[in-house]
Amino acid sequence: MQLTNRAKPVEKKAMNFSERIYLPAIMKGMSITFRHMFKKEPTIRYPEQKRDFSPVYRGVHILKRDENGAERCTACGLCALSCPAEAITMTAAERQPGEENLYREEKYASKYEINMLRCIFCGLCEEACPKEAIFLSNSIAMSNYGRKDFIYGKDRLVEPVSPPAEHVNNFEEVRREKWLSDTGREK
Amino acid sequence: MEFIFIAKVLLVLAILAISLLVATYTTYAERKVAAFLQDRVGPDRAGPMGIFQPFMDAAKMFMKEEIFPKDSNKFLFILGPALAMLTACMTSAVIPWSKDITLMGHRIPLQVANINIGVLYVFGVVSLGVYGIMIGGWSSNNKYSLLGAIRASSQMISYELAMGLSLIAILIMSGSLDLKDIVEKQHGFWTGSYFSWNFFRAPLSFLIFIICAFAECNRAPFDLAECESELIGGYHTEYSSMKLGLYLFAEYVNMFISSALISALFFGGYNFPFMDSIGNENAVAIIGLCVFFAKTFFFMFVYLWVRWTLPRFRYDQLMRLGWQYLLPLAIFNILVVGAIIMWRMM
Repeated sequence: MQLTNRAKPVEKKAMNFSERIYLPAIMKGMSITFRHMFKKEPTIRYPEQKRDFSPVYRGVHILKRDENGAERCTACGLCALSCPAEAITMTAAERQPGEENLYREEKYASKYEINMLRCIFCGLCEEACPKEAIFLSNSIAMSNYGRKDFIYGKDRLVEPVSPPAEHVNNFEEVRREKWLSDTGREK
Repeated sequence: MEFIFIAKVLLVLAILAISLLVATYTTYAERKVAAFLQDRVGPDRAGPMGIFQPFMDAAKMFMKEEIFPKDSNKFLFILGPALAMLTACMTSAVIPWSKDITLMGHRIPLQVANINIGVLYVFGVVSLGVYGIMIGGWSSNNKYSLLGAIRASSQMISYELAMGLSLIAILIMSGSLDLKDIVEKQHGFWTGSYFSWNFFRAPLSFLIFIICAFAECNRAPFDLAECESELIGGYHTEYSSMKLGLYLFAEYVNMFISSALISALFFGGYNFPFMDSIGNENAVAIIGLCVFFAKTFFFMFVYLWVRWTLPRFRYDQLMRLGWQYLLPLAIFNILVVGAIIMWRMM
């Protein structure tokens, strides 16, 4: 049975003299490799040079703060529920008076852990979050020496209080624009 | 007398140092050339462009733990790499690096030993090189090492025949076994009505010789003795630390010496076009030295270039090529060259 018309019958004819002594073929091969000497290598020298990720890249999670610097997460648990790998656990707590600048709403996550070894970086938590609190950033999970160290707590997930400008609000937007300008595409 | 003696000693030391240094940097060149041929960067971390890489590698080799296999013969186990390195370095003694230099009224030959059987000496020492491999492979008491050693030594013995026969044409033409004589016969670039270099006079000899030289050095495409992808490492499977380093290093020294030999035998050694138009003899000698090294480095590049282009031969193909094609071809070559010389004498 033939599915396409692209199949070619295998031709196996006897080699002629110049093919049998291999020298012309060797010369040809050597000229090909020699031409590669002068080609520019596509190498990215990693620690010094870094390749940009695409705007939809799903890296390590980040827990966002709002414009006043308060944590957006309300510990509703939807992210943990949506997680197919069951990598997210959290403990909820009630906001005490005087903590309004720390937490956006009355309830917050006192403990929020993501096991980076379980996580499959599918981004469903980001999709499920009703408060726009969790995003997958463009950084890669660091390597560690022990499995314990891969359980990221709030200390590593929550974004810094005074983040660099591009991280503040329109996280996705800024990242996309940066990618467009870096890759030389029109905005 | 004393002056000549001191000059000789200095020359020996210089040649030893140069061949070791060149071999060191060939390891670097190998990795860089491989990288360039494959559109990569190669080692570039140790120093600018990675030029200190070979020293780092050497330091690593020295610091590694030295392991003796439990049932190995310790004496032979150490003797193996020592012998490999010794024979690799010994060949350079008869290579004429350049014309004599006149210094303070003394003529200093830039050749350690000008013996009248230079070519035979080279062949003798090269065949001694098999012992280093064979002893190393046998004494490690490991079947893979032994298989690698057997492969390597049978390959070297087979190709030595064709190599020697290919040179007979050159010997007929120059009428001498003395390497200096052979080089002198190729004086300049053009004599009478034809090129003077042996490459143009006996191209078939050159072809056979260079193929055999690749096989003798255990280099790709004939690197069956240590093919990383098939055997665990060939005859040096059990070796570690600097003893392994010596084996690997001896291969590069061999490469350097055989490149020098190829350029001396076929490409006129230190001869270069228009050398007679330079009056000063010392200047000719020094330019000749540079020319000789340039030719040698070119052939070392060819070694690397071939390694990163051609796939490895299968063992039966290797043996068939050596015995069934190269050997008859070399004999045929002797006949043709002999006939031409006879015809020209008549």
